[in-house]
Amino acid sequence: MKRIFISLISKFYTSLTGLASVLIIFIVAIILGNIIYNGLPGISWKFLTNAPETGMTGGGIFPAIFATVALVILMTLVVLPLGVFTAIYLHEYASQGSKYVYWVRLAIHNLAGVPSIVFGLFGLGFFIQFIGKNIDNIFFAHTLVYGQPAIIWAALTLALLTLPTVVVTTEEALRAVPDSFREAAYALGATRWQMVRHVVLPQAIGGILTGGILAVSRGAGEVAPIMFTGVAYYLPYLPTQLNHQFMHLGYHIYVLATQSPDVEVTKPILYSTVLVLLVLTVCLNFVAILIRTKTRQRLRGER
Amino acid sequence: MADKIVVKNLFVYYGKFQALKEINLTFTDRKITALIGPSGCGKSTLLRTLNRMNDLIKGVKVEGEVYLDGENIYLNNTNLVELRKKVGMVFQRPNPFPLTVFDNLVYGLRVRGTNNNRLLKEIVEKSLNNVWLWDELKDKLKKPALSLSLEQQQRLCLARLLAVEPEVILMDEPCSALDPIATGKIEELMFELKKEYTVVIVTHNMQQAARVSDFSGFLLLGDLIEFGETGKIFTAPKDERTQDYITGRFG
Repeated sequence: MKRIFISLISKFYTSLTGLASVLIIFIVAIILGNIIYNGLPGISWKFLTNAPETGMTGGGIFPAIFATVALVILMTLVVLPLGVFTAIYLHEYASQGSKYVYWVRLAIHNLAGVPSIVFGLFGLGFFIQFIGKNIDNIFFAHTLVYGQPAIIWAALTLALLTLPTVVVTTEEALRAVPDSFREAAYALGATRWQMVRHVVLPQAIGGILTGGILAVSRGAGEVAPIMFTGVAYYLPYLPTQLNHQFMHLGYHIYVLATQSPDVEVTKPILYSTVLVLLVLTVCLNFVAILIRTKTRQRLRGER
Repeated sequence: MADKIVVKNLFVYYGKFQALKEINLTFTDRKITALIGPSGCGKSTLLRTLNRMNDLIKGVKVEGEVYLDGENIYLNNTNLVELRKKVGMVFQRPNPFPLTVFDNLVYGLRVRGTNNNRLLKEIVEKSLNNVWLWDELKDKLKKPALSLSLEQQQRLCLARLLAVEPEVILMDEPCSALDPIATGKIEELMFELKKEYTVVIVTHNMQQAARVSDFSGFLLLGDLIEFGETGKIFTAPKDERTQDYITGRFG
């Protein structure tokens, strides 16, 4: 009797855990299926290369695609050097276990836990109202040039948001390089920088790039941090200067979903925009995985 | 017989753990000195104090003096890069960089700014000849070093070191990852090396120490129990603990 009971319990948990995993597949399938089914018909060359028309009920999303890519590139230019150098300092230069390193690590972990909307407010307060305004006061005789929402401030805010990802993944990558290589380089009379530059970085580059791309794919989808720092509802021009405002895929989705004058007409456009953003992000993740695999193979000498 | 390295009153701590206690000994120029003892006795630690490789370990503290050619290498202003150019090291596991054979061999030269291709090629041939690898590898210079056999890799690491012309070669159990035939080759090589270099080798292998070294030091729990000519240590040790160890009663 007892034995049957035990086997019943066991079966119950097998089903329960199995069901939970099936549920995940199910949910992802529904989301993707729904988006692709409704979004794919709206994708066309015109949709990808034209600006919105007639109050967002027609036309395309090119300004949003262009500016999202531009924003992400700007962000990467800031976050990669900053994050990689921080990680190199923490892992290769700083004496391990020092109070300073402890505080830097703590700060990075806390940064990772800050809600993205708070980054947005911080960007508004710090970059725009403090730095931007002071630049205007000093260089532009109090006219409004940088003291307003702009793509550069949005990019800097996003860089802060993704900084922990880059630092942590870079540190992981550095940690994965065996100490024996460092010792071998030292034993040949290399300086610390030569050791880092020729021996550690080439082996860690795959991991570092993975971190960079993860940051990019996260940054591409974030809306909250840019809401106060530079994104615009609708703009007839592309951002060509650092102090321009811009349209953004994620924010465009929000606008289409909540601010449209005619929801029924906007719906297909909304679906297609979501699909474009999704494809963009998935592509970036895919590239990250590809680079990681390639680098691992190369390190094993498989080439 | 000149003194190459003189160790005076050396104490090493890892945090609170005392790894070496009051070590005094001398490494003779162009001789092979073996450091033997059971695992954890501090022989690797002692070896790594000679080129300050221990500095890389977290929480390490070194007291005392180590003189290389009469100069204390534990001064605050000691140039570690210069020191390690003179005192090179071969490690327990072969650790070629994930580069080609050629790039491995010239690494030490390139970090010193030698970029003359013809000169590099000459040195590559010479250092590979020194470890008897030239014939085996002359057609594989562009191959990844990690594709070589372990024993070739270890000899490559040695060649990589010889290419920068150190004065002292430290070997940390260089044969422990190798089979007996490969070990034999490395040992033969060591006899060749001591014509020009001062060699210090840490080994677990008693026979190896007896075969290759001119002097031996026996360490136990951080103490240098006995030091002297290898012949004497192995035939007539003064200390009972040395006797027990080399006859295999413990360790």
